[in-house]
Amino acid sequence: MLLTNIEIVPGKRITSHLGLVQGSSVRAKHVGRDIMASFKNIFGGELKGYTELLQESREEAIDRMVEQAKAIGANAVLNIRFSTSSIAAGAAELFAYGTAVTMEDR
Amino acid sequence: MIDLAIFLTLLATGYGFGRFAEKKHYKSIIQREKQFRSLPAIAVKTPPIMDESTNSQLVTGNVVISVDYFKRFISVLRNLVGGRVTSYETLIDRARREAILRMKEKAYKLNAKYVFNIKFETASIYKGRRQQIGSVEVLAYGTAVIPLTAS
Repeated sequence: MLLTNIEIVPGKRITSHLGLVQGSSVRAKHVGRDIMASFKNIFGGELKGYTELLQESREEAIDRMVEQAKAIGANAVLNIRFSTSSIAAGAAELFAYGTAVTMEDR
Repeated sequence: MIDLAIFLTLLATGYGFGRFAEKKHYKSIIQREKQFRSLPAIAVKTPPIMDESTNSQLVTGNVVISVDYFKRFISVLRNLVGGRVTSYETLIDRARREAILRMKEKAYKLNAKYVFNIKFETASIYKGRRQQIGSVEVLAYGTAVIPLTAS
């Protein structure tokens, strides 16, 4: 599965467009991490726990998108975009979407 | 009186640790930016036609950075008079540059030559009880173009 956020991939030709595919994941942090984060809010600096958490959830969103793309027979997802929204206090939605296509070497 | 003492201690620790952390972070950012100068990240959507055959792959880099207590206090004061909130400006600047560097690190491991179509996504992810923005997440993503001959 080829994943990119550009529309024209060098050396490849699009044979068919299969439409939009998307994947999302909603995650909350556990209380321990929240407490650690509030300490870090005094000292400043990187919140490693949150960085990892968001990265993992984003990967999950991508995985779901890829699953959807595979199900409709695509071999590439182009023009991928990410979007983040906080839907409630302490929870965030991570959303990935793109265009599923089939491609072949030029 | 005790409240005031706690407040002042928080301010002092925030100032001390925050300054130290920021200095250290900027030092490491500048050093790593030099290291990755040969791997340009370009905000162009369509890559130019290249003679060699290439592979493309999505690369991402993200970071969550928090402000310290002192800077938050300063920004509250700044809110009263208006103007540039420099304490948050450096926060965002650090987060963006760090996110780019992490993305480049991943691209570098893939032997990429360029990273095209850089996009940023910024979100304030932590809101304290008083709805103050405590930290910011920056995601940088783009497409790494990897020459096949190199891998």
